[in-house]
Amino acid sequence: MKSPTIKNDMFVMLIFSAIILSMPIWLKPLGAGYPDLLQKFAIFGIFAVGYNILFGLTGYLSFGHAAFLGIGSYTAVWSFKLLTMNVFPALIFSVLLSGLFAMLIGFITLRRSGIYFSILTLAFAQMFYNLAYSVLTPITNGETGLQLARGDARIIDRLFSDAGEGLPSTNFFGLEMSGYSGFYVCAVLLIIAFFISQRIFHSPFGIKLRAIKSNQTRMKYTGYNTRPYLLTAFVISGMYAGLAGGLMAATDPLAGAERMQWTASGEVVLMTILGGVGTLIGPMLGVGIIKYFENIFSSLNDQALLQAYSFMPDWLANIMVTITSPFVGEGWHLTLGALFVLIVVFLPGGIMEGVSLIKKRFSKTQANTETGKS
Amino acid sequence: MSNIILKIDNVQKSFGGLKALSDLNLEIEEGKVHAIIGPNGAGKSTMLNVCIGQLAPDSGTVTFHGENMIGKSPHEINQAGISRVFQTPEIFPDLSLLQNVMIPAFAKHEGAFKMNLLCSLSNESAIQDEACHILEDIGLTAQLHTHAGSLSRGDKRRLELAMCLVQHPKLLLLDEPTAGMARHDTNKTIELLKKIKERGMTKIIIEHDMHVVFSVADHISVLAQGTIIASGTPDDIRGNPKVQEAYLGGAHL
Repeated sequence: MKSPTIKNDMFVMLIFSAIILSMPIWLKPLGAGYPDLLQKFAIFGIFAVGYNILFGLTGYLSFGHAAFLGIGSYTAVWSFKLLTMNVFPALIFSVLLSGLFAMLIGFITLRRSGIYFSILTLAFAQMFYNLAYSVLTPITNGETGLQLARGDARIIDRLFSDAGEGLPSTNFFGLEMSGYSGFYVCAVLLIIAFFISQRIFHSPFGIKLRAIKSNQTRMKYTGYNTRPYLLTAFVISGMYAGLAGGLMAATDPLAGAERMQWTASGEVVLMTILGGVGTLIGPMLGVGIIKYFENIFSSLNDQALLQAYSFMPDWLANIMVTITSPFVGEGWHLTLGALFVLIVVFLPGGIMEGVSLIKKRFSKTQANTETGKS
Repeated sequence: MSNIILKIDNVQKSFGGLKALSDLNLEIEEGKVHAIIGPNGAGKSTMLNVCIGQLAPDSGTVTFHGENMIGKSPHEINQAGISRVFQTPEIFPDLSLLQNVMIPAFAKHEGAFKMNLLCSLSNESAIQDEACHILEDIGLTAQLHTHAGSLSRGDKRRLELAMCLVQHPKLLLLDEPTAGMARHDTNKTIELLKKIKERGMTKIIIEHDMHVVFSVADHISVLAQGTIIASGTPDDIRGNPKVQEAYLGGAHL
């Protein structure tokens, strides 16, 4: 039997957990070992892994998932303001509320497929984005963004202690949500999220979603009511996005509407495609690459480049700096864009396609040498 | 008189000014292989499309096991027990052969929707065995894990037939199962059709190849200009002058 077994899945889970939890160690030499960026890796990882359940399995390209990110963030900050600075209830509310909105939006948008579905989801996300600046200002605090204040109610926290001096900070049952402890909370949630996604991928449900992507007409004439399947996938990915949004607010208790802009929806699409649509690990790879470029490449300047080329003769180093400088610093978008074009043109299946090509070639040469021996 | 499993009553369907089906009446007996023949554009495929809920007729009823099928959605009609093999194979090209057959098996066992999100596929060995068994019958076991999209056209048709058979439908609709096949493949398909005939499954088969029709059919109806002009046993049809006029252009079989 070639299909993945439970044992195989457990093995992948173990490796994945080890890699994620040891990120602070192995990312340090790459200059990305600081908590803020590590948290971003984990949070966007959750977002992309969830998005992949919809886009990767069913092929429905949503351009509105940033809306759920925003809903998650606002919900979390409200929970910090009204109830407690503990992130646990905040995250539960984020997931539930974004799931509820996903159900409503999915119910309407999934009546259409293909480009019409994409446009509908985009329309909903932009609607939420603009509402956050206008009608919903009492909830979202408009352009300033929703922030904590000393005078917030925080009913549950008040039961145990008085409002202290200054702003309280978020915690997970006493564990600080900033710094490395915050990263580990996010990382554990990412591992749980990945585990659930893996189970869905290898369940009968997951394979039916793949079948919908492959030929929805056949699915209908095979006795399946496809709409509830799609809606379930949409709601699950919306809840993942809500969790990611909640975590963004948990690590930095500020929610702004820019989080819901269409570029944020586009970013998760790019991450998923870059890594490999419909693969388990792909989206996580995409997140790593894009966030790395955004944070590391963008901070490189000519000085850093000169240092990197210091082994060359001066005249050559100067030429190299002139050539490469448009690609770093503020030009990091150029590098990312070029990389994206290259990957989509040569490896439409993303980085994961490249990995499986290498694997295939490797096993082929191995088989050849084996037959050569015998 | 034996049981009537499907009854098409006064069905009309027009596309703009074109009358595709006019006053179509047809009764299908349980356990029989019923062939529908007729010239191109006679309305044969339209008739099947009405039966599976792909098209809504302008008027008339389609009754299956005494239940009206008009207005039901395609998945409800399939769950009621009607499966169809399409003229151009409708399979899941991105999935493996085994998965292609497992999906309809799941539909049969789990119904139109089941949220078994977190169960593992590797625990579904009963479904898997069933799918393997059908693929064995069809003769496609060698490529269990290849993508269905890479199959030849003839193999895709056989795969689609396997996908329908695994559901054990009460009524199987076959739309030109041998169109575009080489003689050798056609003969293989005839053997297959005869083999599944022994299981007592009712079938409606649309076919241009008279060799296939006369090898497998118990009953033949001739459709011309959207209505049945003759119906009877193969021998009746062979000798019917009206049929020869309309369909065979006066030539003798």
